[in-house]
Amino acid sequence: MTKENAAQTGTSRVKRGMAEMLKGGVIMDVVNAEQARIAEDAGAVAVMALERVPADIRAQGGVARMSDPEMITEIQKSVSIPVMAKARIGHFVEAQILQSLGVDYIDESEVLTPADYTHHIDKWNFTIPFVCGATNLGEALRRINEGAAMIRSKGEAGTGDVSNATTHMRSISDEIRRLSSMREDELYVAAKELQAPYDLVKEVATTGKLPVVLFTAGGIATPADAAMMMQLGADGVFVGSGIFKSGDPARRAAAIVKSVTFFDDAKVLAEQSKGLGEAMVGINVADIPAPHRLAERGW
Amino acid sequence: MKIGVLALQGDVAEHIASLGDCGVSASGVRSRQEIESVDALVIPGGESTTIAKLAKAFGVFDLIKSRIASGMPTYGSCAGMILIADQILDGGFDQESFGGLDAQVRRNAFGRQGDSFETDLTFAGIGGAPFRAVFIRAPWVESVGAGVEVLASFNGHPVAIRQGHLLATAFHPELTGDNRIHRFFVDQLCKESSKAGI
Repeated sequence: MTKENAAQTGTSRVKRGMAEMLKGGVIMDVVNAEQARIAEDAGAVAVMALERVPADIRAQGGVARMSDPEMITEIQKSVSIPVMAKARIGHFVEAQILQSLGVDYIDESEVLTPADYTHHIDKWNFTIPFVCGATNLGEALRRINEGAAMIRSKGEAGTGDVSNATTHMRSISDEIRRLSSMREDELYVAAKELQAPYDLVKEVATTGKLPVVLFTAGGIATPADAAMMMQLGADGVFVGSGIFKSGDPARRAAAIVKSVTFFDDAKVLAEQSKGLGEAMVGINVADIPAPHRLAERGW
Repeated sequence: MKIGVLALQGDVAEHIASLGDCGVSASGVRSRQEIESVDALVIPGGESTTIAKLAKAFGVFDLIKSRIASGMPTYGSCAGMILIADQILDGGFDQESFGGLDAQVRRNAFGRQGDSFETDLTFAGIGGAPFRAVFIRAPWVESVGAGVEVLASFNGHPVAIRQGHLLATAFHPELTGDNRIHRFFVDQLCKESSKAGI
Protein backbone atom coordinates (compact mmCIF):
# COMPACT_ATOMS: atom_id res chain seq x y z
CA MET A 1 0.00 0.00 0.00
CA THR A 2 1.32 3.45 -0.86
CA LYS A 3 1.11 6.07 1.81
CA GLU A 4 1.51 9.81 1.74
CA ASN A 5 4.88 10.88 3.11
CA ALA A 6 3.26 12.55 6.08
CA ALA A 7 1.92 9.26 7.54
CA GLN A 8 3.97 8.24 10.58
CA THR A 9 3.79 4.66 11.83
CA GLY A 10 4.97 3.32 15.18
CA THR A 11 4.59 6.57 17.14
CA SER A 12 3.91 6.44 20.87
CA ARG A 13 0.41 7.73 20.26
CA VAL A 14 -0.32 4.99 17.74
CA LYS A 15 1.16 2.29 20.00
CA ARG A 16 -0.50 3.44 23.23
CA GLY A 17 -3.69 4.26 21.34
CA MET A 18 -4.03 0.65 20.20
CA ALA A 19 -4.18 -0.39 23.87
CA GLU A 20 -6.83 2.28 24.55
CA MET A 21 -9.07 0.53 22.02
CA LEU A 22 -8.81 -2.73 23.96
CA LYS A 23 -10.10 -1.19 27.19
CA GLY A 24 -13.09 -2.83 28.81
CA GLY A 25 -12.23 -5.98 26.91
CA VAL A 26 -10.90 -9.49 27.40
CA ILE A 27 -7.78 -10.85 25.67
CA MET A 28 -7.71 -14.64 25.54
CA ASP A 29 -4.84 -17.13 25.25
CA VAL A 30 -5.38 -19.51 22.34
CA VAL A 31 -3.20 -22.34 21.01
CA ASN A 32 -4.84 -22.98 17.64
CA ALA A 33 -7.20 -21.54 15.03
CA GLU A 34 -10.24 -23.31 16.45
CA GLN A 35 -9.75 -21.78 19.89
CA ALA A 36 -9.13 -18.39 18.29
CA ARG A 37 -12.51 -18.58 16.55
CA ILE A 38 -14.21 -19.57 19.80
CA ALA A 39 -12.59 -16.56 21.47
CA GLU A 40 -13.69 -14.19 18.69
CA ASP A 41 -17.25 -15.57 18.77
CA ALA A 42 -17.35 -15.03 22.52
CA GLY A 43 -16.49 -11.35 22.07
CA ALA A 44 -12.75 -11.26 22.86
CA VAL A 45 -11.12 -7.94 21.85
CA ALA A 46 -7.91 -9.79 20.88
CA VAL A 47 -6.28 -13.18 21.14
CA MET A 48 -2.82 -14.13 22.40
CA ALA A 49 -1.36 -16.84 20.18
CA LEU A 50 0.90 -19.26 22.01
CA GLU A 51 1.90 -22.91 21.79
CA ARG A 52 1.05 -23.94 25.33
CA VAL A 53 -1.13 -22.12 27.83
CA PRO A 54 0.69 -21.25 31.07
CA ALA A 55 -0.93 -24.17 32.98
CA ASP A 56 0.65 -26.60 30.52
CA ILE A 57 4.00 -24.82 30.55
CA ARG A 58 3.91 -25.18 34.32
CA ALA A 59 2.90 -28.86 34.20
CA GLN A 60 5.30 -29.90 31.44
CA GLY A 61 8.29 -27.81 32.44
CA GLY A 62 11.25 -27.27 30.11
CA VAL A 63 12.21 -24.09 28.28
CA ALA A 64 9.23 -22.15 26.95
CA ARG A 65 9.89 -20.10 23.80
CA MET A 66 8.17 -18.01 21.13
CA SER A 67 5.52 -19.98 19.24
CA ASP A 68 5.99 -21.50 15.79
CA PRO A 69 5.38 -18.71 13.23
CA GLU A 70 3.27 -21.10 11.20
CA MET A 71 0.83 -21.45 14.06
CA ILE A 72 0.71 -17.67 14.58
CA THR A 73 0.04 -17.09 10.88
CA GLU A 74 -2.70 -19.71 10.95
CA ILE A 75 -4.41 -17.88 13.81
CA GLN A 76 -4.03 -14.51 12.05
CA LYS A 77 -5.85 -15.98 9.04
CA SER A 78 -8.67 -17.43 11.10
CA VAL A 79 -9.84 -14.33 13.01
CA SER A 80 -10.47 -10.65 12.22
CA ILE A 81 -9.65 -9.31 15.71
CA PRO A 82 -6.08 -8.35 16.77
CA VAL A 83 -3.57 -11.16 17.31
CA MET A 84 -0.85 -10.81 19.94
CA ALA A 85 2.10 -13.13 20.54
CA LYS A 86 4.73 -13.64 23.23
CA ALA A 87 8.49 -13.20 23.08
CA ARG A 88 10.88 -14.21 25.87
CA ILE A 89 12.08 -11.44 28.18
CA GLY A 90 15.12 -9.86 26.53
CA HIS A 91 14.83 -11.92 23.32
CA PHE A 92 14.87 -9.10 20.80
CA VAL A 93 15.25 -11.45 17.84
CA GLU A 94 12.05 -13.31 18.70
CA ALA A 95 10.45 -9.86 18.81
CA GLN A 96 11.90 -9.00 15.38
CA ILE A 97 10.40 -12.21 14.00
CA LEU A 98 6.99 -11.48 15.55
CA GLN A 99 7.09 -7.97 14.09
CA SER A 100 7.83 -9.38 10.64
CA LEU A 101 4.79 -11.68 10.97
CA GLY A 102 2.63 -8.59 11.49
CA VAL A 103 1.31 -9.46 14.94
CA ASP A 104 -0.63 -6.55 16.45
CA TYR A 105 1.06 -6.52 19.88
CA ILE A 106 4.08 -8.30 21.37
CA ASP A 107 3.94 -9.53 24.96
CA GLU A 108 7.44 -9.62 26.45
CA SER A 109 6.37 -12.28 28.87
CA GLU A 110 7.59 -13.88 32.07
CA VAL A 111 5.43 -16.89 31.16
CA LEU A 112 8.18 -17.88 28.72
CA THR A 113 11.69 -18.67 29.94
CA PRO A 114 13.72 -15.43 30.03
CA ALA A 115 16.46 -15.09 27.40
CA ASP A 116 18.31 -12.34 29.28
CA TYR A 117 18.50 -12.04 33.05
CA THR A 118 19.79 -8.46 32.94
CA HIS A 119 18.17 -6.57 30.09
CA HIS A 120 14.66 -6.37 28.75
CA ILE A 121 14.06 -5.68 25.05
CA ASP A 122 14.64 -2.09 23.88
CA LYS A 123 11.06 -1.67 22.75
CA TRP A 124 11.53 1.79 21.21
CA ASN A 125 13.26 0.06 18.27
CA PHE A 126 10.04 -1.56 17.11
CA THR A 127 7.01 -0.36 15.13
CA ILE A 128 4.80 -2.96 16.81
CA PRO A 129 3.80 -2.04 20.37
CA PHE A 130 4.72 -4.09 23.44
CA VAL A 131 2.84 -5.09 26.56
CA CYS A 132 4.91 -6.06 29.60
CA GLY A 133 4.12 -7.55 32.99
CA ALA A 134 4.65 -5.75 36.29
CA THR A 135 4.15 -6.61 39.93
CA ASN A 136 4.51 -3.04 41.22
CA LEU A 137 4.69 0.57 40.04
CA GLY A 138 8.49 0.74 39.81
CA GLU A 139 8.59 -2.28 37.52
CA ALA A 140 5.76 -0.86 35.38
CA LEU A 141 7.59 2.46 34.97
CA ARG A 142 10.88 0.74 34.10
CA ARG A 143 9.06 -1.14 31.33
CA ILE A 144 7.41 2.05 30.08
CA ASN A 145 10.83 3.72 30.08
CA GLU A 146 12.03 0.91 27.78
CA GLY A 147 9.12 1.59 25.44
CA ALA A 148 6.26 -0.61 26.66
CA ALA A 149 2.95 0.86 25.40
CA MET A 150 0.74 -1.18 27.72
CA ILE A 151 1.21 -2.82 31.12
CA ARG A 152 -0.44 -5.86 32.60
CA SER A 153 -0.18 -6.77 36.24
CA LYS A 154 1.48 -10.19 36.32
CA GLY A 155 -0.47 -12.25 38.80
CA GLU A 156 0.69 -15.85 38.78
CA ALA A 157 -0.02 -17.33 35.35
CA GLY A 158 -1.37 -20.83 34.91
CA THR A 159 -2.67 -21.21 38.45
CA GLY A 160 -6.33 -20.22 38.41
CA ASP A 161 -5.47 -18.59 41.75
CA VAL A 162 -6.34 -14.90 41.57
CA SER A 163 -4.58 -13.85 44.78
CA ASN A 164 -1.36 -12.63 43.13
CA ALA A 165 -3.26 -10.66 40.52
CA THR A 166 -5.06 -8.95 43.40
CA THR A 167 -1.78 -8.24 45.21
CA HIS A 168 -0.18 -6.75 42.09
CA MET A 169 -3.18 -4.59 41.15
CA ARG A 170 -3.48 -3.31 44.70
CA SER A 171 0.23 -2.63 44.90
CA ILE A 172 0.29 -0.63 41.65
CA SER A 173 -2.75 1.48 42.58
CA ASP A 174 -1.55 1.95 46.14
CA GLU A 175 1.82 3.28 44.96
CA ILE A 176 0.10 5.60 42.48
CA ARG A 177 -2.10 6.99 45.28
CA ARG A 178 0.97 7.52 47.46
CA LEU A 179 2.75 9.47 44.71
CA SER A 180 -0.32 11.65 44.15
CA SER A 181 -0.33 12.66 47.80
CA MET A 182 3.36 13.63 47.96
CA ARG A 183 4.90 17.07 47.98
CA GLU A 184 6.80 17.80 44.80
CA ASP A 185 10.16 17.84 46.61
CA GLU A 186 9.51 14.31 47.87
CA LEU A 187 9.26 12.85 44.38
CA TYR A 188 13.04 12.67 43.89
CA VAL A 189 13.44 10.17 46.68
CA ALA A 190 10.25 8.39 45.60
CA ALA A 191 11.84 7.91 42.15
CA LYS A 192 14.96 6.51 43.79
CA GLU A 193 12.92 4.11 45.91
CA LEU A 194 10.77 2.99 43.00
CA GLN A 195 13.94 2.60 40.89
CA ALA A 196 12.11 4.41 38.15
CA PRO A 197 12.92 7.49 36.04
CA TYR A 198 12.03 10.77 37.76
CA ASP A 199 10.09 12.15 34.75
CA LEU A 200 7.72 9.20 34.72
CA VAL A 201 7.32 9.32 38.51
CA LYS A 202 6.43 13.01 38.29
CA GLU A 203 3.96 12.35 35.47
CA VAL A 204 2.19 9.65 37.50
CA ALA A 205 2.13 11.90 40.58
CA THR A 206 0.48 14.68 38.53
CA THR A 207 -2.05 12.63 36.55
CA GLY A 208 -2.80 10.02 39.21
CA LYS A 209 -2.55 7.19 36.70
CA LEU A 210 -0.09 5.25 34.56
CA PRO A 211 0.72 6.92 31.23
CA VAL A 212 -0.37 3.70 29.46
CA VAL A 213 -3.30 1.32 29.70
CA LEU A 214 -3.16 -1.16 32.60
CA PHE A 215 -4.64 -4.62 32.14
CA THR A 216 -4.52 -7.45 34.61
CA ALA A 217 -3.45 -11.07 34.13
CA GLY A 218 -2.45 -14.25 35.88
CA GLY A 219 -4.91 -16.56 37.62
CA ILE A 220 -8.25 -15.18 36.41
CA ALA A 221 -10.63 -18.13 36.09
CA THR A 222 -14.19 -16.88 36.71
CA PRO A 223 -16.47 -13.95 35.79
CA ALA A 224 -16.19 -12.80 39.42
CA ASP A 225 -12.36 -12.83 39.25
CA ALA A 226 -12.45 -10.67 36.13
CA ALA A 227 -14.97 -8.24 37.62
CA MET A 228 -12.95 -7.92 40.83
CA MET A 229 -9.87 -6.91 38.81
CA MET A 230 -11.96 -4.27 37.02
CA GLN A 231 -13.26 -2.96 40.34
CA LEU A 232 -9.66 -2.77 41.55
CA GLY A 233 -8.93 -0.43 38.65
CA ALA A 234 -7.83 -2.62 35.73
CA ASP A 235 -8.68 -1.32 32.24
CA GLY A 236 -9.27 -4.86 30.97
CA VAL A 237 -8.32 -8.47 31.51
CA PHE A 238 -6.09 -11.17 30.04
CA VAL A 239 -7.39 -14.69 30.57
CA GLY A 240 -4.90 -17.43 29.90
CA SER A 241 -5.48 -21.00 31.01
CA GLY A 242 -8.78 -20.05 32.71
CA ILE A 243 -10.88 -20.45 29.57
CA PHE A 244 -9.56 -23.38 27.59
CA LYS A 245 -8.69 -25.42 30.71
CA SER A 246 -12.31 -25.21 31.85
CA GLY A 247 -15.26 -27.51 31.16
CA ASP A 248 -17.14 -25.27 28.69
CA PRO A 249 -14.71 -22.75 27.13
CA ALA A 250 -17.17 -21.02 24.76
CA ARG A 251 -19.66 -20.35 27.50
CA ARG A 252 -17.11 -19.30 30.09
CA ALA A 253 -15.38 -17.01 27.58
CA ALA A 254 -18.64 -15.21 26.75
CA ALA A 255 -19.55 -14.93 30.43
CA ILE A 256 -16.18 -13.32 31.28
CA VAL A 257 -16.56 -10.84 28.39
CA LYS A 258 -19.98 -9.74 29.67
CA SER A 259 -18.73 -9.57 33.24
CA VAL A 260 -15.93 -7.20 32.29
CA THR A 261 -18.47 -4.80 30.72
CA PHE A 262 -20.84 -4.99 33.72
CA PHE A 263 -18.09 -5.41 36.32
CA ASP A 264 -19.94 -3.25 38.85
CA ASP A 265 -23.39 -4.83 38.49
CA ALA A 266 -23.71 -7.83 40.81
CA LYS A 267 -27.00 -8.93 39.24
CA VAL A 268 -25.39 -9.33 35.84
CA LEU A 269 -22.39 -11.04 37.45
CA ALA A 270 -24.66 -13.53 39.24
CA GLU A 271 -26.42 -14.29 35.96
CA GLN A 272 -23.12 -14.76 34.13
CA SER A 273 -21.72 -17.01 36.84
CA LYS A 274 -24.54 -19.54 36.52
CA GLY A 275 -24.03 -23.02 35.08
CA LEU A 276 -20.59 -22.51 33.60
CA GLY A 277 -19.46 -26.07 34.36
CA GLU A 278 -16.06 -26.89 35.80
CA ALA A 279 -13.61 -24.05 36.30
CA MET A 280 -9.95 -24.93 35.74
CA VAL A 281 -8.79 -27.06 38.66
CA GLY A 282 -5.92 -24.74 39.45
CA ILE A 283 -3.13 -24.72 41.93
CA ASN A 284 -2.61 -22.54 44.99
CA VAL A 285 0.22 -20.06 44.52
CA ALA A 286 1.32 -20.83 48.08
CA ASP A 287 1.99 -24.46 47.07
CA ILE A 288 4.36 -23.42 44.28
CA PRO A 289 8.01 -23.27 45.40
CA ALA A 290 9.38 -19.75 44.96
CA PRO A 291 11.80 -20.60 42.11
CA HIS A 292 8.86 -21.86 40.05
CA ARG A 293 6.82 -18.68 40.39
CA LEU A 294 6.65 -16.88 37.07
CA ALA A 295 5.87 -13.46 38.54
CA GLU A 296 9.39 -13.28 39.95
CA ARG A 297 10.87 -13.30 36.45
CA GLY A 298 11.61 -9.77 35.22
CA TRP A 299 13.18 -6.96 37.18
CA MET B 1 -29.07 18.12 25.54
CA LYS B 2 -27.75 14.92 27.14
CA ILE B 3 -24.95 13.12 25.31
CA GLY B 4 -24.07 9.52 26.11
CA VAL B 5 -20.96 7.55 25.16
CA LEU B 6 -21.75 3.91 24.48
CA ALA B 7 -19.87 2.14 27.27
CA LEU B 8 -19.87 -1.52 26.29
CA GLN B 9 -16.17 -1.62 25.37
CA GLY B 10 -13.51 0.75 24.04
CA ASP B 11 -12.02 4.16 24.79
CA VAL B 12 -15.11 5.57 26.49
CA ALA B 13 -13.27 7.78 29.00
CA GLU B 14 -11.36 9.61 26.25
CA HIS B 15 -14.60 10.57 24.47
CA ILE B 16 -16.17 11.72 27.73
CA ALA B 17 -13.07 13.87 28.38
CA SER B 18 -13.13 15.35 24.85
CA LEU B 19 -16.81 16.24 25.20
CA GLY B 20 -16.03 17.67 28.64
CA ASP B 21 -13.46 19.97 27.00
CA CYS B 22 -16.30 21.23 24.79
CA GLY B 23 -18.29 22.10 27.91
CA VAL B 24 -20.62 19.10 27.61
CA SER B 25 -20.97 16.77 30.55
CA ALA B 26 -21.36 13.37 28.91
CA SER B 27 -21.67 10.02 30.62
CA GLY B 28 -21.13 6.38 29.72
CA VAL B 29 -24.32 4.49 28.82
CA ARG B 30 -24.73 0.69 28.84
CA SER B 31 -28.25 -0.24 29.87
CA ARG B 32 -31.51 0.15 27.95
CA GLN B 33 -32.67 2.80 30.41
CA GLU B 34 -29.46 4.81 30.09
CA ILE B 35 -29.51 4.65 26.29
CA GLU B 36 -33.17 5.71 26.19
CA SER B 37 -32.38 8.72 28.38
CA VAL B 38 -29.83 10.41 26.09
CA ASP B 39 -30.46 12.87 23.24
CA ALA B 40 -27.27 12.05 21.34
CA LEU B 41 -24.78 9.19 21.27
CA VAL B 42 -21.06 8.74 20.67
CA ILE B 43 -19.89 5.25 19.73
CA PRO B 44 -16.21 5.04 20.73
CA GLY B 45 -13.20 3.32 19.28
CA GLY B 46 -12.82 -0.28 20.32
CA GLU B 47 -13.38 -3.69 18.80
CA SER B 48 -16.49 -3.43 16.62
CA THR B 49 -17.26 -7.17 16.76
CA THR B 50 -17.13 -7.10 20.57
CA ILE B 51 -19.33 -4.01 20.87
CA ALA B 52 -21.94 -5.48 18.50
CA LYS B 53 -21.98 -8.80 20.39
CA LEU B 54 -22.38 -7.09 23.76
CA ALA B 55 -25.16 -4.86 22.40
CA LYS B 56 -27.01 -7.99 21.26
CA ALA B 57 -26.34 -9.95 24.44
CA PHE B 58 -27.71 -7.16 26.63
CA GLY B 59 -30.71 -6.46 24.39
CA VAL B 60 -29.81 -2.90 23.32
CA PHE B 61 -28.83 -3.57 19.71
CA ASP B 62 -32.29 -2.93 18.23
CA LEU B 63 -32.86 0.02 20.53
CA ILE B 64 -29.70 1.77 19.30
CA LYS B 65 -30.56 0.87 15.70
CA SER B 66 -34.05 2.36 15.95
CA ARG B 67 -32.91 5.47 17.82
CA ILE B 68 -30.32 6.17 15.11
CA ALA B 69 -32.95 5.56 12.43
CA SER B 70 -35.33 7.98 14.10
CA GLY B 71 -32.85 10.86 14.07
CA MET B 72 -30.73 10.70 17.25
CA PRO B 73 -27.48 12.61 16.53
CA THR B 74 -24.73 9.98 16.57
CA TYR B 75 -20.96 10.16 16.13
CA GLY B 76 -18.86 7.04 15.62
CA SER B 77 -15.05 6.96 15.66
CA CYS B 78 -13.25 3.95 14.12
CA ALA B 79 -15.24 0.98 15.49
CA GLY B 80 -18.11 3.46 15.83
CA MET B 81 -17.86 4.33 12.12
CA ILE B 82 -18.11 0.63 11.26
CA LEU B 83 -21.10 0.21 13.55
CA ILE B 84 -23.18 3.05 12.09
CA ALA B 85 -22.48 2.19 8.45
CA ASP B 86 -25.21 0.42 6.51
CA GLN B 87 -22.71 -2.03 5.08
CA ILE B 88 -19.51 -3.56 6.50
CA LEU B 89 -16.87 -5.07 4.24
CA ASP B 90 -14.35 -7.55 5.75
CA GLY B 91 -16.42 -7.78 8.92
CA GLY B 92 -16.16 -10.58 11.43
CA PHE B 93 -18.28 -13.68 10.82
CA ASP B 94 -21.96 -12.64 10.69
CA GLN B 95 -21.10 -9.12 11.85
CA GLU B 96 -24.05 -6.73 11.84
CA SER B 97 -24.13 -2.97 12.26
CA PHE B 98 -26.62 -0.52 13.75
CA GLY B 99 -26.59 1.15 10.34
CA GLY B 100 -28.08 4.50 9.40
CA LEU B 101 -25.21 5.90 7.40
CA ASP B 102 -25.61 5.23 3.68
CA ALA B 103 -22.04 4.01 3.19
CA GLN B 104 -19.89 0.95 2.76
CA VAL B 105 -17.06 0.83 5.29
CA ARG B 106 -14.14 -1.57 4.98
CA ARG B 107 -12.97 -2.83 8.36
CA ASN B 108 -9.19 -2.83 9.10
CA ALA B 109 -8.75 -1.39 5.60
CA PHE B 110 -5.43 0.30 6.39
CA GLY B 111 -4.00 -2.99 7.68
CA ARG B 112 -2.80 -4.42 10.95
CA GLN B 113 -1.26 -2.53 13.87
CA GLY B 114 2.12 -2.23 12.11
CA ASP B 115 0.37 -0.09 9.48
CA SER B 116 -1.38 2.12 12.04
CA PHE B 117 -0.30 5.74 11.63
CA GLU B 118 -0.89 9.37 12.39
CA THR B 119 -1.04 12.19 9.86
CA ASP B 120 -2.34 15.71 9.24
CA LEU B 121 -5.74 15.94 7.54
CA THR B 122 -7.80 18.75 6.12
CA PHE B 123 -11.25 18.44 7.65
CA ALA B 124 -14.06 20.41 5.99
CA GLY B 125 -16.19 22.28 8.48
CA ILE B 126 -13.60 23.00 11.15
CA GLY B 127 -11.40 26.04 10.99
CA GLY B 128 -7.72 26.47 11.75
CA ALA B 129 -4.75 24.19 11.30
CA PRO B 130 -4.90 20.69 9.78
CA PHE B 131 -6.25 18.02 12.14
CA ARG B 132 -3.76 15.50 13.57
CA ALA B 133 -5.52 12.20 12.93
CA VAL B 134 -4.58 8.91 14.59
CA PHE B 135 -5.54 5.80 12.61
CA ILE B 136 -5.42 2.47 14.48
CA ARG B 137 -6.18 -0.69 12.50
CA ALA B 138 -8.51 1.78 10.90
CA PRO B 139 -11.36 1.33 8.45
CA TRP B 140 -11.94 3.48 5.40
CA VAL B 141 -15.05 4.37 3.48
CA GLU B 142 -15.32 2.38 0.28
CA SER B 143 -18.37 4.13 -1.18
CA VAL B 144 -21.11 6.52 -0.10
CA GLY B 145 -24.70 7.17 -1.08
CA ALA B 146 -26.01 10.43 -2.58
CA GLY B 147 -26.82 12.21 0.69
CA VAL B 148 -23.43 11.67 2.30
CA GLU B 149 -20.90 14.47 2.56
CA VAL B 150 -17.18 13.60 2.62
CA LEU B 151 -15.41 15.81 5.18
CA ALA B 152 -11.89 14.37 4.96
CA SER B 153 -9.98 11.88 2.83
CA PHE B 154 -6.64 10.17 2.99
CA ASN B 155 -4.93 8.65 -0.07
CA GLY B 156 -8.16 8.91 -2.00
CA HIS B 157 -10.25 7.13 0.64
CA PRO B 158 -12.91 9.05 2.55
CA VAL B 159 -12.09 8.87 6.28
CA ALA B 160 -14.64 11.32 7.72
CA ILE B 161 -18.24 11.52 6.50
CA ARG B 162 -21.51 13.11 7.51
CA GLN B 163 -25.10 12.40 6.61
CA GLY B 164 -27.55 14.70 8.38
CA HIS B 165 -27.53 13.69 12.05
CA LEU B 166 -24.75 11.12 11.63
CA LEU B 167 -20.99 11.75 11.76
CA ALA B 168 -18.24 9.15 11.40
CA THR B 169 -14.44 9.28 11.43
CA ALA B 170 -12.07 6.39 10.70
CA PHE B 171 -9.58 8.00 13.09
CA HIS B 172 -9.53 8.90 16.79
CA PRO B 173 -9.80 12.62 17.62
CA GLU B 174 -10.33 11.57 21.25
CA LEU B 175 -6.64 10.56 21.45
CA THR B 176 -5.13 13.89 20.44
CA GLY B 177 -6.52 16.44 22.87
CA ASP B 178 -7.78 18.45 19.87
CA ASN B 179 -11.51 18.69 20.46
CA ARG B 180 -12.53 20.47 17.24
CA ILE B 181 -14.33 17.42 15.80
CA HIS B 182 -16.25 16.82 19.03
CA ARG B 183 -17.17 20.50 19.02
CA PHE B 184 -18.31 20.14 15.40
CA PHE B 185 -20.54 17.23 16.47
CA VAL B 186 -21.99 19.15 19.40
CA ASP B 187 -22.47 22.47 17.55
CA GLN B 188 -23.44 21.28 14.08
CA LEU B 189 -25.24 17.97 14.64
CA CYS B 190 -26.63 17.99 18.17
CA LYS B 191 -27.75 21.61 18.34
CA GLU B 192 -29.27 21.49 14.84
CA SER B 193 -31.39 18.52 15.74
CA SER B 194 -32.48 20.02 19.05
CA LYS B 195 -33.55 23.18 17.17
CA ALA B 196 -35.54 21.02 14.77
CA GLY B 197 -37.18 19.48 17.79
CA ILE B 198 -36.17 15.90 17.02
